[in-house]
Amino acid sequence: MQRTTVDLWVGIFVVTGVAALFMLALKVGNASSVSVSDGYKVIAEFDNIGGLKVRAPVKSAGVVVGRVDGIQLDTRTFRANVALRIDKHYPFPKDSSASILTAGLLGEQYVGMDGGADEQNLKDGDRIKITQSAIVLEKVIGQFLYGKAAETGTAKQQ
Amino acid sequence: MLTALATGIKVVGHRTVNAVWRMGSATRFMGLVLLRSGLSFRRLRLTIDELHFAGVLSLIIIIVSGLFVGLVLGLQGYETLKRYGSAEAVGTLVALALVRELGPVVAALLFASRAGSAMTAELGIMKSTEQLSAMEMMAVDPFARVISPMFWGGFFSMPLLAAIFSVMGIFGGYLITVVVIGVDSGAFWSQMQSNVDLRGDIVNGVIKSVVFGAAVTSIALFEGYDAPPTAEGVSHAVTRTVVTSALAVLALDFVLTAFMFTGV
Repeated sequence: MQRTTVDLWVGIFVVTGVAALFMLALKVGNASSVSVSDGYKVIAEFDNIGGLKVRAPVKSAGVVVGRVDGIQLDTRTFRANVALRIDKHYPFPKDSSASILTAGLLGEQYVGMDGGADEQNLKDGDRIKITQSAIVLEKVIGQFLYGKAAETGTAKQQ
Repeated sequence: MLTALATGIKVVGHRTVNAVWRMGSATRFMGLVLLRSGLSFRRLRLTIDELHFAGVLSLIIIIVSGLFVGLVLGLQGYETLKRYGSAEAVGTLVALALVRELGPVVAALLFASRAGSAMTAELGIMKSTEQLSAMEMMAVDPFARVISPMFWGGFFSMPLLAAIFSVMGIFGGYLITVVVIGVDSGAFWSQMQSNVDLRGDIVNGVIKSVVFGAAVTSIALFEGYDAPPTAEGVSHAVTRTVVTSALAVLALDFVLTAFMFTGV
């Protein structure tokens, strides 16, 4: 087959394009971080999940160990069932606790896992019993104002 | 009065019927292009020449505009994010904007005006100088020999061009925010990597660019093939290619975005 300069340029073009795609996938995207397609799934029940979204990270000691797989409302208890898919390399004890935390003041919300001390580990489909809900800013401010009002009230009475 | 109204209705009706008619022949045209594309893969040289024409020759404009779009995004994003004390998130902003929207859309618009218009002009002039009829006389199928390779050349080069555009844009954003302004380089990349998702963002962006490539190339080829065989007809066809492609890309982008990025 005859080789021409057109071939060379097309070759350069295709190689650059494919390299750009790979760079997008590896350098820009999070392909190199944990892929949690093969992990175990546990359910955590929360009173309030705040602004937690599907695919939000699950972190333990700051390390990403999994992702939020799904969020549903249980209409019997009116609590939120959050399905967490955790990488199988990270086993957690059965009495681990989950809490919804915020990265920074205005950052995204994620699920923080704190390991427990149980002998047995969480298995696929298990439920996490100890949970702490998201902090809703309005409630905190409301409590603070209530406290302040009560304080000044008692101060006046004295 | 009544006659004016009647002519008005007639014109609207004529235009509508004409548009539907053209839509039908465009569909039949694309069917023929796809059916007779065997030769473009058996004689790969034809497709490679078109890849050179549609892809390689568009590289310069794609690289330069990608770089400048990234520079502007970085600058504007930094100015706004600085007010909220989260200037490091500028990497996320630049990457998401480019990978999800601007990369595929702007690359497709540039591709339509750079390569699409040239395809229309080439086909239109081939038709008006009766080269296509001459081919048929020699029992050479113009669909297999000319039009299908053009289609596949455009189809394959568009996703690559969009990816190059996005990478150049991110490089431009890096250049202006990290090198010139002095945002922390580690924060720039790590924020970007933790927020850009491979399947949700990058693969969807690539799907978009593939759809846009197919849309722009088929519009360009049909307008060229359908052009009246006169100098004026070809020039009108080129204009229509650019206008219709731009509208089609923007409308398709809205539809695809509505499918891809909602409900999360």
